[in-house]
Formats: sequence, structure tokens, C-alpha cells
Amino acid sequence: MLAEKYPNEVKKILAKYPPERKQSAVMPLLHLAQLEAGFVDRHAVVEIAGICGITETDVAEIIGFYTLYHDAPEGKLRLQVCTDISCALRGADEFLAKVCERLGIQPGGTTPDGLVTVEAVMCLAACDKAPMFQVQGPDGIAYHENMTVDKTMEFIETARKEVK
Amino acid sequence: MSHLLLRHRDIPDIGEIDVYKKNGGFEAFKKAVTSMKPQEVTDVVKASGLRGRGGAGFPTGIKWGFIPGNIWPHYVVANADESEPGTFKDREIMESNPLQFLEGVAIAAFATGANAAYVYLRGEFWPVAAILDEKIAEMEKAGFLGDKLFGTDYSLRIYTHLGAGAYICGEETALLESIEGKRGQPRIRPPFPAVAGLYGKPTVVNNVETLTNVPLIVEKGADWYRSLGTADSAGVKIFSLSGHVNKPGNYELPFGTTFRELIYTYGGGVTDGRPVKAIMSAGASSAVIVADDKALDTPMDYASVRTLGADLGSASVIVINDSVDMDWVINKTIHFFKHESCGKCTPCREGTYWMLHLIERIALGEDVKATTELLHAVAKQMQNKCLCPLGEFSTMAVTTAIERFPADFKASSSRAKTGTIEGGKHG
Ligand SMILES: Cc1cc2nc3c(=O)[nH]c(=O)nc-3n(C[C@H](O)[C@H](O)[C@H](O)COP(=O)(O)O)c2cc1C
Ligand code: SF4
Ligand code: FES
Repeated sequence: MLAEKYPNEVKKILAKYPPERKQSAVMPLLHLAQLEAGFVDRHAVVEIAGICGITETDVAEIIGFYTLYHDAPEGKLRLQVCTDISCALRGADEFLAKVCERLGIQPGGTTPDGLVTVEAVMCLAACDKAPMFQVQGPDGIAYHENMTVDKTMEFIETARKEVK
Repeated sequence: MSHLLLRHRDIPDIGEIDVYKKNGGFEAFKKAVTSMKPQEVTDVVKASGLRGRGGAGFPTGIKWGFIPGNIWPHYVVANADESEPGTFKDREIMESNPLQFLEGVAIAAFATGANAAYVYLRGEFWPVAAILDEKIAEMEKAGFLGDKLFGTDYSLRIYTHLGAGAYICGEETALLESIEGKRGQPRIRPPFPAVAGLYGKPTVVNNVETLTNVPLIVEKGADWYRSLGTADSAGVKIFSLSGHVNKPGNYELPFGTTFRELIYTYGGGVTDGRPVKAIMSAGASSAVIVADDKALDTPMDYASVRTLGADLGSASVIVINDSVDMDWVINKTIHFFKHESCGKCTPCREGTYWMLHLIERIALGEDVKATTELLHAVAKQMQNKCLCPLGEFSTMAVTTAIERFPADFKASSSRAKTGTIEGGKHG
């Protein structure tokens, strides 16, 4: 339960919006709910609907609309490579292909140990620092810029030891 | 000239509150709240000629002046969605000069009579939101945010709100829907946000870079600001330079700097020493400009770029050299818009879907001439029929690439690659 696990965070989130506008809290609450497991489970949907005074269908619609919310578990880390125009002009497609090859997966796929899912995504506002990717994981989102395939593999190896 | 917006490049610790204060920080906000009427602040911004940096270039002071005095409360919303491919300036401001931006938000709020302001950040800017939250807390502690500021009756609070991955939320009415906890789909206008915006109340929406200019204008005056830039486009602009250049990055320059200066003097020239073939001046939403001498010598201001059949927009300059065919370029932009179409209106939802299928056929070399003609026709048919500008944006590169680079649409494009056909989540 969010209210038990993150009581302060939930309070802070609700304080941002007028008291009669609790629906506004749905997005920040979803971000919070997703942190640990990497996806929003059924219980969280019910709880968030209750806090925000909206239906479970409303919450599910939000999860369905925004690409950063996930309703099913994937790799513990989602490594999202920007292959949009500016990055692609600087070799992002080749970078993605090589990273996937080294991991033995296809874009969109997850390593057999369930650690990383590699995805191609749209512009991340880091167009001058390609190749780059963001990692969506238990600590939120972090950017990794001016990357090489070797540096990326090192990052994954380190994460393999740290993320259980 | 030292930087006005990217001030951290001259004063590395400008993000620290005591360093910011030592360099004149919050003086403009204090001056406004303690010695000016809200209307006077709006008048200075109007007189400065400041135009919105989020893409449309609408005069900022005039926008503030639309807020009615008989409906309350008012809101100010800073647009930090920054999702246009090729745009990465607001992120640098918020990461490295966050207090000048937040002071701009505060002055905008005072000028428009708002006691609450929201900063809407794209969800990927999670760490940036953490920086802003920390700075907001510091400002509260130092007495620059909260109740009865500077001993007056004026109160203000600023909150951050994270999106979750949807380019359309940069469109101001979709953004407001998103803060209200709904899907980010544009509203039908009128009413405009100035009258019925956030929670149905009068709301000013301004881009991060726009607001970051405001403290300087209030401090140094409208005439000083007008003395920078051109008659049509006052002040300085951050140009996000990306693609085939040796030194991609943000460059803060006066309006009226030419494309040639940006690419060759500042950007260190084109990758592999090749000639520049095409320029997109407003990110993926741009018409593509043929990069001949006339274009390269064109000053980058709103009016001059228009003479090239393009828009300056958010000044996200993507450079493309002659190693690339334009069918590959629009393959990328179409994928983007197909993915980001919110699905609310038919011409855009269906149009981006068909454009994607046609460009994929072109990439596979299937009946390229006829398919290209059809693609052009589909794009043309979408124009002027979409509910919000995204639909229109999705066609700009398509029609202009086909019209201006016809030779690039041929059976065996050197770098044409198939992308994966992926469904967008929103549509
Ligand atoms: C599809 C679409 C995406 C947009 N994305 C952004 C954005 O990321 N940031 C932004 O400031 N404005 C964006 N805009 C423009 C906003 O709707 C709005 O005009 C702007 O935030 C107003 O601020 P300004 O007057 O300071 O430029 C976008 C518009 C459209 C139609
Ligand atoms: S033009 Fe596209 S993005 Fe805009 S409302 Fe229509 S479907 Fe949505
Ligand atoms: S195009 Fe890749 S971050 Fe912008």
C-alpha cells in the first residue's frame, strides 16, 4: 500500500493541488507506485483510484496513454535508447543494434536473467550527446550520454552486481 | 558577450542561492513586488518585445494582458515539456541556472495575479524536477516564496508536476489536461487558457526559456532588451544545434545570427567536412530548408526564416549533410508523429498511420514514384484539417522534402532503412 509505504510522499503530492482537485495527483502517484517493481499492479490502481476519487478505469486509461507507465513487469532496468532524428544522424541506430547484439536480444527484448529490457524511444532532449539512453529503474530515471557500446556493457555489468 | 540565460557558463555556481543572490538574483522579483503594480510589470514585458520561445513566438506581455480581472484564481504554468526532437535548451537552463528560471516564474505570477504556479516537466526530466523541488524549498526558506512576500500581502507557491512520456503534452491545452490528471489530449478552443485554463481558471502558459528572460527585462528595462536582436525578434535566443555538426550543443546568440555562423563559426562545421544539404530549423516539426548559400546567409529571426518557407519555431536547428537521403529523414519524423499523435481527431490519427505505411513502402523500394506521390497527397490532405498543430507539424517535413529534394525519392536510396512499424501508445 502506497499510503503505508510512502506516507510522506503521498501527503506531499496531495498538497500540491487544490483540495477539491485530487484527480491531479494521479500521475505523481503512479510514478511513485511504479518505482519498486517497475510496473503498476492491480492493488495500486485500486488504491490510487480511491485516493483521487476517480474510477479504476480512469486510472487504467492514464497508464494506457502515457508511455512511461507500464502495466506488466519487464526487465528490472529499462534501457531506452533514443533513435530519433538527431541521435540517428549521429549513429544511434547502429549503437542500438550493437548493444542488442552484445546482449543477444532484439530491440524490445529482455535479457534472460530479467535484468534489462532494451527499447528504442523518441527524443529525450539530449540530442547533442548521442548516442544516449535513459534508464528507468528502481531509483527513477537517469540519463547516460555520449555513450559507447563498451561503456554501456560496463554499465550493465555493474548493474548486474548491484540490482538484485 | 557574457550569457544572459545560460549564465552558468560564465558563473558556474549560479544555481546556488547565495551565488545567485550575490549576482543580483531576486532583485527583479523584489522590485516588482515592492515597487510596481502588476500592470506595470506586464507593460515592461510588452515593451521589451519578448516573444514566446516555445515555438509560436507569441508576444509574452500581450499574452499576460489577456488575463481577465473578474475571474479568480489565476494560474501560471511553465511549459517544461521539451519534447520536440532536436530541442534541449530548457533542460540546460533548469539544470544549471534554475533560480533565474524560477524567478521568472515568480515575476510572471505576480504580474498576472497568480498565487500558485506549476512547472510541467516531461516525465523523463525526473532528476531535473528533483533539482527544482530543492531550489523551491530553498527559496521558501529564504523568503522568496510563501506568504506575505517582502512584507507585502502577496503570496506565491510554485509546484512541479511530472508528465509521463507524451509529446502532445507540450501543447498547452493538452498540458493543462495532464495536470488535471487526465489523458493529454488538446482541448477545443475557444475558450483560450487565458480565460479558462487550469481547473477552468485564467491561466498563462509560458515556455521555460521565455520566463528565464523576464528577470533581466524587469531589472534592466525594455529598451535595453530591445537593443539586442532584430526589430522583429528582440533579445537573445538559445539555438539547440544537433545532427551533422562537429560541436553540437546549445548556443545563446542574438536573434539575427545567420545559419552559417551558427553551423560553421559556433558549431565547428559539418561532420566529415561534407557539405550541408538540408536544415531543419524547428526540430522535427520543421519544413526542410535547402541549405544553399542564400539559406546559410539568412539571419535567424522569425521573419527572415519565414522567407525560406520554414519557421524558426523553438530554434532547434538540425543539420543534415549530403550522406543522407531525405526519404530517410522523413521516415524518422513520420515515425515520431505516428507515435505521438494523441488519437483525438481523425485526420491526424489516420493520416499519420497512412504516412507511416507509405514511407515504409518507399523504404522497401516498392513502386517508389507512385507511392511518393500518394504520400505527398495524403500529407497535403491533412493540412488545415487537424484539431491541433501536431497534425500539421507531421506533414511539414514530408511535403517539403518531396517538393524540394525530389531526387532523393528513388528506388534504391542509399541509407533508406526500414524502421519497425510500431503503434503509438496514445492513439
Ligand atoms: C504538439 C505541440 C508541442 C509543443 N511542445 C512544446 C514544448 O515542449 N514546450 C513549449 O514550451 N511549448 C510547446 N508547444 C507550444 C505550446 O503550446 C505553447 O504555445 C507555449 O508553451 C507557450 O509559451 P511561449 O509563449 O512562452 O512560447 C507545443 C505546441 C504543440 C502544438
Ligand atoms: S491533431 Fe493529432 S495530436 Fe492534435 S488533437 Fe488531433 S489527433 Fe491529437
Ligand atoms: S533526438 Fe535523441 S535525444 Fe533528441
